[in-house]
Amino acid sequence: MKPTALLALADGTVFEGSAFGAQGEAVGEIVFNTSLTGYQEILTDPSYKGQIVTMTYPEIGNVGVNTEDVESRQPFVEGFVVKEYWERPSNWRAQKSLAAYMREHGIVGIQGIDTRALVRRIRDGGAQQGVISTHDLDAKRLVEKAQAAPSLVGRDLVKEVTCREPYDWSQGYWELESGYRQQGAGHAPEPHFSVVAYDFGVKFNILRHLVEAGCRVRVVPASTPAAEVLRLKPDGVFLSNGPGDPDAVPYARDNTAALVGKVPLFGICLGHQILGLALGGQTYKLKFGHHGGNQPVMDLVTRKVEITAQNHGFCVDVDSLQERAEVTHLNLNDRTVEGLRHTQEPLFSVQYHPESSPGPHDADYLFRRFTALMEQCRG
Amino acid sequence: MPKRTDLHSILLIGSGPIVIGQACEFDYSGTQACKALKEEGYRVILVNSNPATIMTDPDFADRTYIEPLTRPVLEKIIERERPDALLPTIGGQTGLNLAIDLAEGGILDRYDVELIGAKLPAIKKAEDRNLFKAAMERIGLDLPRSGYIHSLEEAYALRETLGLPLIIRPSRTLGGAGGGIVQTSQEFQAIVEWGLQASPTHEVLVEESIAGWKEFELEVMRDTQDNVVIICSIENFDPLGVHTGDSITVAPAQTLTDKEYQLMRDAALRIIREIGVDTGGSNIQFAVHPETGRLVVIEMNPRVSRSSALASKATGFPIAKIAAKLAVGYTLDEIPNDITRETPASFEPTIDYVVVKVPRFTFDKFPQTRDLLGPQMKSVGEAMSIGRTFKEALQKALRSLEIDSYGFESTNGSVETPLDAIRASLQTPNAHRLWFVAEALRLGMSVDELYQLSKIDPWFLDNIVQIMECEKEIQRARGPQEAAAQPAEVVAALPPGLLRRAKQMGFSDVHLGRLLGVSEGDVRAERERLDVIPVYKTVDTCAAEFVAHTPYLYSTYEGEDESQPTDRKKVIILGGGPNRIGQGIEFDYCCVHAAFALKEDGFEAIMVNCNPETVSTDYDTSDKLYFEPLTLEDVLSIVRREQPYGVIVQFGGQTPLKLAVPLERAGVPILGTPPDAIDRAEDRERFKLLLERLGLRQPANGTARSVEEAVAIAQDIAYPVLVRPSYVLGGRAMELVYDEASLRRYMREAVSVSAERPVLIDKFLDDATEVDVDALSDGQRVVVGGIMEHIELAGVHSGDSACSLPPRSLSTAVQNEIRRQTTLLAQELGVVGLMNIQFAVKDQQVFLIEVNPRASRTVPFVSKSIGIPLAKIAARVMAGKTLDELGFTQEVIPDHVTVKEAVFPFIKFPGVDTILGPEMKSTGEVMGVDQSFAMAFAKAQFAAGNTLPETGKAFLSVRDRDKPALLPIARQLVENDFSLVATRGTCTFLQQHGLPVEMVNKVLEGSPHIVDALQAGSIDLVINTTEGVQSIQDSFSIRRSALECQVPYFTTVAGAGAAVEGIARLKQGLLGVCPLQAYHGEEHG
Repeated sequence: MKPTALLALADGTVFEGSAFGAQGEAVGEIVFNTSLTGYQEILTDPSYKGQIVTMTYPEIGNVGVNTEDVESRQPFVEGFVVKEYWERPSNWRAQKSLAAYMREHGIVGIQGIDTRALVRRIRDGGAQQGVISTHDLDAKRLVEKAQAAPSLVGRDLVKEVTCREPYDWSQGYWELESGYRQQGAGHAPEPHFSVVAYDFGVKFNILRHLVEAGCRVRVVPASTPAAEVLRLKPDGVFLSNGPGDPDAVPYARDNTAALVGKVPLFGICLGHQILGLALGGQTYKLKFGHHGGNQPVMDLVTRKVEITAQNHGFCVDVDSLQERAEVTHLNLNDRTVEGLRHTQEPLFSVQYHPESSPGPHDADYLFRRFTALMEQCRG
Repeated sequence: MPKRTDLHSILLIGSGPIVIGQACEFDYSGTQACKALKEEGYRVILVNSNPATIMTDPDFADRTYIEPLTRPVLEKIIERERPDALLPTIGGQTGLNLAIDLAEGGILDRYDVELIGAKLPAIKKAEDRNLFKAAMERIGLDLPRSGYIHSLEEAYALRETLGLPLIIRPSRTLGGAGGGIVQTSQEFQAIVEWGLQASPTHEVLVEESIAGWKEFELEVMRDTQDNVVIICSIENFDPLGVHTGDSITVAPAQTLTDKEYQLMRDAALRIIREIGVDTGGSNIQFAVHPETGRLVVIEMNPRVSRSSALASKATGFPIAKIAAKLAVGYTLDEIPNDITRETPASFEPTIDYVVVKVPRFTFDKFPQTRDLLGPQMKSVGEAMSIGRTFKEALQKALRSLEIDSYGFESTNGSVETPLDAIRASLQTPNAHRLWFVAEALRLGMSVDELYQLSKIDPWFLDNIVQIMECEKEIQRARGPQEAAAQPAEVVAALPPGLLRRAKQMGFSDVHLGRLLGVSEGDVRAERERLDVIPVYKTVDTCAAEFVAHTPYLYSTYEGEDESQPTDRKKVIILGGGPNRIGQGIEFDYCCVHAAFALKEDGFEAIMVNCNPETVSTDYDTSDKLYFEPLTLEDVLSIVRREQPYGVIVQFGGQTPLKLAVPLERAGVPILGTPPDAIDRAEDRERFKLLLERLGLRQPANGTARSVEEAVAIAQDIAYPVLVRPSYVLGGRAMELVYDEASLRRYMREAVSVSAERPVLIDKFLDDATEVDVDALSDGQRVVVGGIMEHIELAGVHSGDSACSLPPRSLSTAVQNEIRRQTTLLAQELGVVGLMNIQFAVKDQQVFLIEVNPRASRTVPFVSKSIGIPLAKIAARVMAGKTLDELGFTQEVIPDHVTVKEAVFPFIKFPGVDTILGPEMKSTGEVMGVDQSFAMAFAKAQFAAGNTLPETGKAFLSVRDRDKPALLPIARQLVENDFSLVATRGTCTFLQQHGLPVEMVNKVLEGSPHIVDALQAGSIDLVINTTEGVQSIQDSFSIRRSALECQVPYFTTVAGAGAAVEGIARLKQGLLGVCPLQAYHGEEHG
């Protein structure tokens, strides 16, 4: 069988495979995700904007896709790389095949390649740009394209994924028998706090957790000025996850800086990095990032270990914060910072994803920590 | 939290003999626990009755007690050793039950022994179904509706509310013994009664049937800080209804979305916390409704298990080792991950391959029982395989099973309406279901219909569809057979990429050869020419996110190879594959020793095996582990990659031995005894010549290539004769035949004789004593390891016989003759390494029965008896050392006596007779050790679960020629205050000799008869020997009832005699305990 798709990396490596999903060409930074489940959530995680995702687990597509397991309005990955794609899903909730879904949303995929070799290359050589193509099968040309592709550093990808208009959110947890619970419908709790959530590329499950923690949630576009947010008189402001380089969104940093001390803040992932910058710190790019659902993080207060979902390529340089904030959570694999708290102001943030989806639910206590903080500040 | 310093000595209880439901996995977990605790500086006291385990090697514990696993014995050991703590979770259900017993009996309190890992209330909550149910309800988890009953009346009442079908599960049994699905009201009573009997607590769970649902398992670990991680998820290929030990299982789970998986994970965390297992591993089973996703909890094991061994091998995360460290106070984040070194154990392994476990069955050994799978476990072993796709792993698993299958062979549509026959076979799960699924697809059945019949998830079925499609493609590509085509051309003519694609799907060369009409060798040659060769990937716990430091590898057909062969001098050790009757843990023991020895001698020891239960497949046993099938193809690929100095084939049993000649032909250097010697010993004709040359005697015999030839030979050498097919292990299909009619029936039904598959016929030596000898040779010097005298007379398979070391009745002259013959044979065959010989001694004459120039089943037993690690020395000899250099130049004859006794799986197979014969039926063994034979034998009986009574009523019924030998036994019973009952003939005989005997009816003579008496519990000991088809049939119910009523029974007079000696001894004095280290003079401080 002739290859029907190629994956080329900037370092010159080329993998031959077969196409699945949409036809076309995808360019992006190539990363790998080690989650065994949850490819649909990964596809729809806006933080993957600008990235081609490789799944380390080889059998993908087994459970198809459904309308519930989405983390945003559409898939945002640039391209998808798997060892073996399954066209015929087997799951009671499956509604269509993964490839059909990818075609609908124009996501190019390649399967049948040695994904482990690819992962080892990324691990040893670091994240780099790659190209998947189903119409240009000239290896040399593709490598050149990969080399010419812009890096994530300095690119504002947030503006490509954030919502255009503010909106209210009322969906809560998913339940096996009845699907998502709705706020005020007697299932999810009645709201006690009003929260404005900055959408830098927010995952729906964060909003669902805020609802379940008792928040009335107003989601606002990434560029919303701080003053406008404060006019809504929120009990707290949430800074969401999102794609790319935190240094590329100075407006978010500035707005956040303007909120520090005025209202309780809680940041996740990109939100955590932006908070770090807003406090005068710096961020740096990790070699190949953390993307998966098995990362051990220690809460330095309780000394308990939680297994966390992570998806980030950048990290806050804790030294640059100079006593303004303290580290609350630590990654036990590489000892990188996973959580911060301001020493004076009511704000905290985590680098990882307590909302999981996909991933373990160990860290969902953080949403209650946020409401407790708001409660405290309300006085 | 650092480790506890208030504890100094820790008691570990092993799981005893290998039985269905408890196999090598508990040696693996126990060995890991011993190592981990010793490493931390604790004094480890180990008790296990199974000598074939690595854990009972004296190096692994400070005190090793090979003693029966009973409460009184444990109490004595505790009294003697005064351990600070008992870790109850590493010895399977046996170890756990014994720990509960010790705790509830107040013994732990009396001696101030702390239960670590899991406390009594937690164990009870997990084990007691009522408490478990209440606990699950408290945390809002769903269970199948059910209730407990203690009588038939209660059972009927419950049936009213639950309806049919129902599942019946007796409490606290191993491997679900005595369980069953009840479809009709007729079955109901029988199965409930059986269950009540099988449960040691006479308690049965009656439960809503969730048969047909999807089954999942999670392996969970928790530490003292309440950190909880999931090590592995497992999805069963078989739907609920088949015991999970008999199910084909797949890791990780394949058909759950993240939302569904996380619900299960959350449930698992809540369960381990609610049950309150302090630290360590637990296994939790779940069922999921295929159409609604309803999640119910099935059960939890608060200990390491078969599944945790599988999960450890599947992920590279050593659950038992970590569990042991957690039990002494460490937390997960304080323990490094051995494989990555830089990351901690407080994470969840992620894998980038698919793992398939397929159980191995042994229904052929028990023709009286049907090949049906249900809630009672029946498999005796398992193979695991790893591939980058499910298809690849599945097909690799098929050939790992070693049942002469190399893929999805056709089940052969010889039946009139094949599809109908297959339909029936799909509805009732059985050992061959995988091949039936494939055959149904071949015959055009839809996945939908297959699913409706089998309830096997369509995802799995679709995978087999793809394999079948590829098979068709290959067959089509072959085209019409052209006689002129050269084999290489046939392979070369395949469309580009098809061969590689087939290999990626796991097709073996053998199977491809069959599809293409060429040989395995042709496929291999052409495949290698086309550079379609496997690469090796690493099992690393982390899907390559971190660098792996332990070379634990599997093959696949992909781009990058990670095997990184070194320049060191390498030896490949071929393991034994899945456990089966005749080839089990004893061979793994030898392989592990070989690895240890070669590492010590500076070689790179490379292990190849596919049995996930074993110590040999622990990544730190050897320098490098290939988790691969043991077929010629797979082994040659590894050899090609590694270019070893040599390969060891004589330690893993018949599996690697079969490969010796083909490997040698392929130019692979075989270490030790030359493969030709194996052939000389196994080929009857060549063996005869060998003996003639050496002037040694064997029973008259011949080799028949047809039925008529067999009849002629038998007439010539005179009946009775032993008949068997050539080249088998464990006495497969071996039978003792008394007349021509039986011989003709055997030749017709049991074997298909032909020129290529001859049948061996031996004169049977009546009343001969059998002797087993293990010896070592370096090519020059020969040293006897041990001479073992069998208790049962010739005719019982050596693997099923009890035996004594040193011999108890052989004269010095006979023993010396045995030594002389052993030396002669070893030298003539050029043995380098181990050798096992079986002799029969009759009237002071020594006959040679069998020579095996390889490690035998008794090597671990002998090693432990004499205190010398025979397998280790053998491996070093094979790698070039001399016995002189190793200081082993003289046979060691111990001052103490050791007795090996076999353990049988009869209780798991309804309708099967317990009578012993030339075909091996035991699954495991125990050892009794003491100063006298009688006490050692008694201990071995206790250890084997044959609890000898010290007084009571003995039932005697023996065949005529055993009657004289019975007399002293009966007399001794009377002297020891037993009352006797006997059937008419035996009764009359004993009365004639002046013994007080009461007569009891045979079953055929009508009630009240002996079976009534057994069931009423009024019999304490059964001695029953018999011969001839009719009387065997007539007395079957006696033996079966004794088994089911747990009355100790003996089916040979020799065994009974030894038992009665033991009883006499028990009455004289107390049963004492003593560690192995003391026997071998190594006891320090």
